[in-house]
Amino acid sequence: MLDIKDRQLLEHIQLGLPVCSRPYLEIGRLCDMPEVEVIDRLTRLKQQGLIKRMGVIVKHRQLGYRANAMIVWNVPDNLIKQLGGHISRFSFVTLCYQRPRQPEWPYNLYCMIHGKDKATVLKQLDQLIDACGLSDFDKEILFSNRCFKQRGAIYQNPTPALADG
Amino acid sequence: MDEIDKQIINALQDGFPICDAPYRQVATQLGLTEQELIGRLKALLDNGTLTRFGPLYNAEQMGGALTLAAVKAPKQCFDEITEIINSFPEVAHNYARSHELNMWFVIATETPEQIQQTISVIEQQTGLTVYNMPKNKEYFVNLKLEA
Repeated sequence: MLDIKDRQLLEHIQLGLPVCSRPYLEIGRLCDMPEVEVIDRLTRLKQQGLIKRMGVIVKHRQLGYRANAMIVWNVPDNLIKQLGGHISRFSFVTLCYQRPRQPEWPYNLYCMIHGKDKATVLKQLDQLIDACGLSDFDKEILFSNRCFKQRGAIYQNPTPALADG
Repeated sequence: MDEIDKQIINALQDGFPICDAPYRQVATQLGLTEQELIGRLKALLDNGTLTRFGPLYNAEQMGGALTLAAVKAPKQCFDEITEIINSFPEVAHNYARSHELNMWFVIATETPEQIQQTISVIEQQTGLTVYNMPKNKEYFVNLKLEA
């Protein structure tokens, strides 16, 4: 699905788009590709979902979002899809995943709430529990104390992998 | 950061056009000139308010793999464990969290097989059990933090 030119392109933009009037022309110069081809290829990669989105990646602490809670739930397997769908519709929920249970760790549904402070996050969590009917399920709330490392995509040709989230 | 900066951040979290003059298009929507938008965006990147401006890739579709992992790091060697785990280029994020499982990190590799390999090496070097919690399913969220 990805050809060598796609990979070249993705590698050149992974650390950021040029901030200038014709960014795709600039990338084209670096990859030896006409601007229109850069635009066509990126449009296709976006449509295919390989590029989830283009835009800014914010440092949430810099925007005053100092409290970040990961809430893990143990919910019945037959309800997980419905509950996950419901939880993810709240604007303060920034991530929502289903993950496998582990020995001594029975939780299978994870969500993240980013808020300006701990009290706000806990209030939002109460709202979520009420609205989604989550009060009967076991959960744990894990606030983050410190962020040690946060980096964007890093990958090399020819088999790119990347990270974010 | 003033109101205009906030508007720029909020608008650019919704996406960025793929066309020949994308900054001009966004600037017009915000009632700014193209040069003003470019200047402010550069400043926000330079002063660290924004980590990055560009694409967010889907790792799995690129052939790569991601997982969420955690360890129970004993208090007395917490800093040492942090240092070991952060030293892996495969570790993309690492957070201390308030729980017995007190260190949570994301591992990103170029192939799915490398996830298990990386976990094994981390276990060897730290002497800890690594909990591996890959995602089974992602529920779509509109990831946006109001500036």
